[in-house]
Amino acid sequence: MSLSTPARSAAHAVAILRRPRGRTAKERAFQSVLFLATIVGVVVLGALLVEVLRDGAGRLEWRFLTNYTSRFADRTGILAGLTGTLSLMAITALLSFPIGVGAAIYLEEFAPDNRFTRLMQVNIANLAGVPSVVYGLLAAGIFVYLLGFGGALISGAMALTLLILPVLIVAAREAIRAVPSSIREAGLALGATPWQVTSRQVMPVAMPGILTGTILALSRAIGEAAPILVAGAVFSRRATSEPWRILEAFAALPVQIFDFARRPQQAFQVEVAAAAILVLLGALLVMNTVAIVLRNRYMGRW
Amino acid sequence: MPTPQVSTPLDTDDWVRAEGARRPTEDLLRHRPGAPPHHVVEDPVFALQHVTVRYGTVTAVRDVSLEIPRNEIVALIGPSGCGKSTLLRCLNRMNDLVPDARVEGEVRYNGHDVYASDVDPVEVRRRIGMVFQKPNPFPKSVYENIAFGPRVNGHRGDLDALVERSLRAAALWDEVKDNLNGSALALSGGQQQRLCIARTIAVEPDVILMDEPCSALDPIATLKIEDLMRQLRERYTIVVVTHNMQQAARVSDRTAFLTLDVDEDRGERAGIVVEYDTTERIFTQAVDERTEAYITGRFG
Repeated sequence: MSLSTPARSAAHAVAILRRPRGRTAKERAFQSVLFLATIVGVVVLGALLVEVLRDGAGRLEWRFLTNYTSRFADRTGILAGLTGTLSLMAITALLSFPIGVGAAIYLEEFAPDNRFTRLMQVNIANLAGVPSVVYGLLAAGIFVYLLGFGGALISGAMALTLLILPVLIVAAREAIRAVPSSIREAGLALGATPWQVTSRQVMPVAMPGILTGTILALSRAIGEAAPILVAGAVFSRRATSEPWRILEAFAALPVQIFDFARRPQQAFQVEVAAAAILVLLGALLVMNTVAIVLRNRYMGRW
Repeated sequence: MPTPQVSTPLDTDDWVRAEGARRPTEDLLRHRPGAPPHHVVEDPVFALQHVTVRYGTVTAVRDVSLEIPRNEIVALIGPSGCGKSTLLRCLNRMNDLVPDARVEGEVRYNGHDVYASDVDPVEVRRRIGMVFQKPNPFPKSVYENIAFGPRVNGHRGDLDALVERSLRAAALWDEVKDNLNGSALALSGGQQQRLCIARTIAVEPDVILMDEPCSALDPIATLKIEDLMRQLRERYTIVVVTHNMQQAARVSDRTAFLTLDVDEDRGERAGIVVEYDTTERIFTQAVDERTEAYITGRFG
């Protein structure tokens, strides 16, 4: 601290407050880069959506949803794929929800903290990153051939179940962990057993989060072509699929889109494929909307 | 000093008062065969002998021996980190929830070793209720908050009447009677804490442990809780941890002063009970100078 005159120190203060030249430019440049990084994703997604809408909207009629595939673009439809995909989702949800939530409850509420538990946790986290086709091959090996289901709906659903289980377990664990431990203490202090506390107090609070996680995991599964293709999905089928006819052959939207896109005719390659993509995107949008509504409705209670 | 009320020693059957037929008596806390009878305070609810609690390698509380008489309010006071809450949580085995917590020594509740291998911690906690520092109602209705405990304990009877009785006992009935199905989270902090007390009373415990029950409340809500504690003393034994010395002086019959003992040689820090006596004596003629220093506000 120098003993300067008041006038000098005031001038000094102004000098300090002034921004050094050059820093503004640098900051602006950096912000632009960040903005560009953000915009790339949005632009690409927007362009894709516009492109698909332009190509496919014209083909999107009621008939397209109620017809089976045909050699003629005007008559073709996605009924088999759509019912197949809906059935796959239903069975996958039915299989993965109890297993995934059960595993999450065990790991969060009951598992002792030992090497085995930690090994399982690391394993589950890693499984979430395994390529989906690997799950398809696993399902093909076990369900299609070893257990002899063949290319049946149940084989496809099992492949998708294997695929989303790790994601589902991780999401359900997060939801359970987010329940404040004071709730558990309160329940236990009243003489409730750990299971009573978990089932009657913790799970109701965690359920919205678990449902959100489940829907998001399912919306990952709905667009998968590789695993179900390996597990036996067919390109064209002239029958609907219902979730209770689990041993029948099945088609699915992503596989049909793949099929449309590789046909030689321009009408199939571009327009019909785009229309099927729009249907798939619509289903995805519905699922994600439900997930967001669920999350918003129950968020901020704590 | 209030004389401990002399009651007949409880035999095993008395333990199951107000209990439904959920579990046979054999499952209840069992007296360990061959354990010596223990009397210093006449018929104490709790008798602690050389209790040491460790979390992993850290000693939280060292070598505590004290007795808690029936139908009294016992306050545990002392500076932060001296192990008051740890000691309290030993009494109903809430420390079991901490993965590497170990309790050595003996905690006897009505003569029964709480940590004996055949004791079910769930049964211990049913008889020894607990109210926590931060009000922690379940995110459900007022009614459901009260009804949960009786339900899981196999209550058979008029649940509505039990809910009303519990809310009245916690001096909350008049404030919530018109909105029993409203969310408990909509209540004020003081009301929530009284709801938590009502919920604890509903399972008809023997003892109520309170871990700084007023630290999150305003002075008026605090006074209400203190009034409530004095009323509850008629029927329950209360052990309360408090940071507030005035509170200890106002409500408790006995006070234990804990502090953090630092042993430089062994490099060990642990909470110890410095002095345990009637509240009057602790506050007016403390024997240990550390107690006096704390009481008079010179540290802590």
